[in-house]
Amino acid sequence: MVIKKIKKKIAGKKSRLSVGAVIQDPGNSVENKTGGWRALRPVWNKDKCTQCMLCWMYCPDGAIPQKNGKRLDFNYDYCKGCGICARECPFQAIEMKKEEK
Amino acid sequence: MVKKVTEASQAVAEAVKLCRPKVIPVYPITPQTHIPERISDFVDNGEFDCEMIYVESEHSAISAAIGSSASGVRTYTATASQGLALMHEILHVVSGMRLPIVMNVANRALSAPINIWNDHQDSMNARDTSWIQLYVESAQEALDTTIMAFRIAEDHDVLLPVMVCLDGFTLSHVYEPVDVPEQKTVDKYLPKFKPAFSLDGKTSTMGPIGYPGDFMGFKKQQHEAMLASLDVIKKANAEFKKVFKRSYGDGLIEPYRLDDAEHVFVGAGTICGTARTVIDKLRNEGHKVGMLKLKAFRPFPEDAIVKACKAAKSIIVFDRSVSFGFKGPIFAEFESAFYEASQKPLLHSFIAGLGGYDVTLDHIEDAFRSAMTADKPISRWLYKE
Repeated sequence: MVIKKIKKKIAGKKSRLSVGAVIQDPGNSVENKTGGWRALRPVWNKDKCTQCMLCWMYCPDGAIPQKNGKRLDFNYDYCKGCGICARECPFQAIEMKKEEK
Repeated sequence: MVKKVTEASQAVAEAVKLCRPKVIPVYPITPQTHIPERISDFVDNGEFDCEMIYVESEHSAISAAIGSSASGVRTYTATASQGLALMHEILHVVSGMRLPIVMNVANRALSAPINIWNDHQDSMNARDTSWIQLYVESAQEALDTTIMAFRIAEDHDVLLPVMVCLDGFTLSHVYEPVDVPEQKTVDKYLPKFKPAFSLDGKTSTMGPIGYPGDFMGFKKQQHEAMLASLDVIKKANAEFKKVFKRSYGDGLIEPYRLDDAEHVFVGAGTICGTARTVIDKLRNEGHKVGMLKLKAFRPFPEDAIVKACKAAKSIIVFDRSVSFGFKGPIFAEFESAFYEASQKPLLHSFIAGLGGYDVTLDHIEDAFRSAMTADKPISRWLYKE
């Protein structure tokens, strides 16, 4: 609340920017989608997958969602195409394909 | 109120104690050392409840100050010269994060060649860090301005750090009679610290990335806050007068025999004390001379300056630093301020007192006498091989 008041005072009008760029709503990093600059796209082959979950463990981001201990398809909003999952998969169930429009 | 003969550094330490910061991360450097030494004495003998953090460099000192201020407590530090230069990148972070840290700078030359004596090159080098810069002339003014600095910085219209600059040795190590106010008087003037935001309590992120679409907006807010501080400084000075019965001009500039002055001396810091003596002498001879003491360099009070120099035919600017390849930093601002003004006094530039080079009564008197007969701008270095 204080921030809002100051923000108004300093900017002289309603500003969407907080004073000093302070973020007071935790957990909002998901709003910032970071998968846009991916050059290679991991493609999941469901049939080869044994659900060992190594890919899920190795993913440096949160680009492999899971439900009840089983992985789901990639979340391409955040996958940057690093290829670690494909390299670590013992069953070659992930293939890196060129990102094309 | 206790009047005693006190070293300016001691006076600053007394001011800091009276303002009750909770954390002071600090690293010693000549000629600032007496300030943290005296504060340490206060903490050591139990007079002052404060966490002193003895860090390994000035870069760490100002970084620790960020952590402390971000956690929501009043924070202070002090430095000089190379120390201020080492802090430089973090100075921008402090102001960008809008943390109201107060810092004294005991002005000293920058190397090379190495030199521990006074000039203003160190703080002028920090001109564009978005710190408010206030310069002081006497031990009393150093004490008073340090108290005002917390009020200015913490004002929610401002939320910017303040640098209180006192000349190294020529003020920091000089003993003068000083009124040290009582705690209850300072408490009346300076309210308890109310942070606008804090890491303590509510979960928050401070110092995140600012993408191109937003970054400029944050910088504009900072600039607007700096401009808003012009009024806040004036208010802090006026309120100070109410509580402590003394003040310094309007808080931004301090005139001396300026009203009808045709030839105006401009300077910042202790040099102004020397100028007062010269002005009195020349006034006794019937010359219309006066002084405009520049107290605030950032924000730069250009409107107040132009208004105050209404009778000026010439303005004599003494800079204790130089912008290499251009001019004295204060002089350049005066040229800029008068570009759009209706009156056009001749502006004379004197580079003086670098690295402790003496600035004498004669220097200032000669400058006045040269200005009285000049028909074009003078630009001179007051130095003889």
